[in-house]
Amino acid sequence: MNPDLTEQDLLKGLATGDKKAIETIYKDNFNMVQSLVINNNGSAQEAKDIFQEAMIVLLEKARSGNFELNCQIKTYVYSVSRRIWLKKLQQYSRYSNEVDGAIGTVPVEDDVEEYEKRDQEFAMMEKAIASLGEPCKSLIEAFYIQKRNMQDIANQFGYTNADNAKNQKYKCLMRLKKLFFAQFKNGK
Amino acid sequence: MEDIQLLEAVERYIRGEMKPDERVYFEQLRKTNPEVDQLVVEHTLFIHQMNEVGELRKFKSTLNEVHTDLAEKGEINSDKLQGKSKILYLWKRYKRVATIAATIAGITTITISLLVWSVTPKVPQDEFVKLSRDLATQKTDLANQKKITSKLSQDVNLVRNKVDESLGRPKGPIINYKKGGTGFLIDVKGYLVTNAHVVEGAHNIAVERASGKDFNAEFVFKDVQKDIAILKIKDPDYKSTGTIPYSISKSSADLAVPIFTLGFPIDNIVYGEGYLSSLKGFQNDTSSFQIEISANSGNSGSPILNKNGEVIGVLNGRQTNVQGFTFAIHSKYIFSAIEELKKKDTAFARIKLPTVSSIKNTGREQQVAKIQDFVFIVKVD
Repeated sequence: MNPDLTEQDLLKGLATGDKKAIETIYKDNFNMVQSLVINNNGSAQEAKDIFQEAMIVLLEKARSGNFELNCQIKTYVYSVSRRIWLKKLQQYSRYSNEVDGAIGTVPVEDDVEEYEKRDQEFAMMEKAIASLGEPCKSLIEAFYIQKRNMQDIANQFGYTNADNAKNQKYKCLMRLKKLFFAQFKNGK
Repeated sequence: MEDIQLLEAVERYIRGEMKPDERVYFEQLRKTNPEVDQLVVEHTLFIHQMNEVGELRKFKSTLNEVHTDLAEKGEINSDKLQGKSKILYLWKRYKRVATIAATIAGITTITISLLVWSVTPKVPQDEFVKLSRDLATQKTDLANQKKITSKLSQDVNLVRNKVDESLGRPKGPIINYKKGGTGFLIDVKGYLVTNAHVVEGAHNIAVERASGKDFNAEFVFKDVQKDIAILKIKDPDYKSTGTIPYSISKSSADLAVPIFTLGFPIDNIVYGEGYLSSLKGFQNDTSSFQIEISANSGNSGSPILNKNGEVIGVLNGRQTNVQGFTFAIHSKYIFSAIEELKKKDTAFARIKLPTVSSIKNTGREQQVAKIQDFVFIVKVD
């Protein structure tokens, strides 16, 4: 671990999207999670997925600003990974026993549950965007996710002016909102 | 286009892009118009969700970048496991599945085997009947009469002589031949071809012409797999009788060629004709072919001839449950049998198979008349 960065620094860096901080946390924790998953009926790919999910949970925690440093990042990441993996195993009914591990854990059930709820919402939006089809998908992503301006978008998508692009974007947006809220209301 | 302008306003409001006076106006509108307020709430949620998705995507791609970087630098264990650890991992991951699969496979295999075993007729014994004749049960009155009339004493003497001679036994009982088939000469020095199954388990072999002359014989070669046996007449009374009218064909015959045969399903020689119906034999056996001809017990070892008087096969059996499925061994195996025989013992070096048919362009009656003296009943005890 980089001695210059304290755990609190790392979390701040993570919250602000500092790549250096992300890299450090990644490097310090990945192998541990990988061996946890692989030693408990998982693959390397699954280990990567689980670890990255835990990183997202950690990111949420860091961004919420109320990450009380009552445990190390390592313990937290491990606990979250273990929790998520255990759930996945039960879901696949691949293995129903306790997941073995050497490191002590902290209670993370609430955090994982919160993450899962949010992940479900993300999945809804991703699904809605994916079902839009082109050119709507790219148009919407360019405006709402990449946050590019309308003139720029009009040029790229070959609209004669920004107003045409705006009209098209509006139609796409209406469809997307319909798709998303239909799922969102069903999901609630 | 009021909707689109309204939505644009909502977006600008949410993003905080409105000028202060515009903002005041819009907030006023929100308070007085519940539809606008509803739209703001809904769109705020939507925009928030979109932002979250955008950030999540960005974070995920950063994570993947970091992962690849660190893996390349070797600072984390690469996810490409190699060699032993991969096998170990695969085993760990799939051992339960593998165990279950193996168990199921095992049970299935056993079940299927049992099923197949229980429903399969015992081939080839059940379906394939070798057409040798059971003389003991099929003996006709005629045969009985033959045995007890004038030939009897001759037979007895002959047999006794032979037995005394070859086995050194003082005296033998009258040999009661139990089964039989057909054989035909391939060399006038007294060599005959028949089926191996005809002479299987034989103690004594005798051959007899349609004209009634009986000779002792012994087998000098047997190929059980091809079902071919070569017999040699060992009887002082036997004298070579002219030349063999038919030839033995080396080449394989074609589908549908007309064929005929002479054999001893009963004590009298019987003529039959038909055609070659399949180039493969019982259960796709390539050493034999299928023929459409009437054949019965006792026809085993009968020559199968084509219209030129060339022997193309040796009849050896039929399938029991289907009419008209009779099989014959390719005549080329007679050649290979002789080759092997010659290799084994130089005494057989002078065997010469007939290669020219002298009955090529004659009528069937003449062909049969000439051939029948060279076709023998083979009797075995």
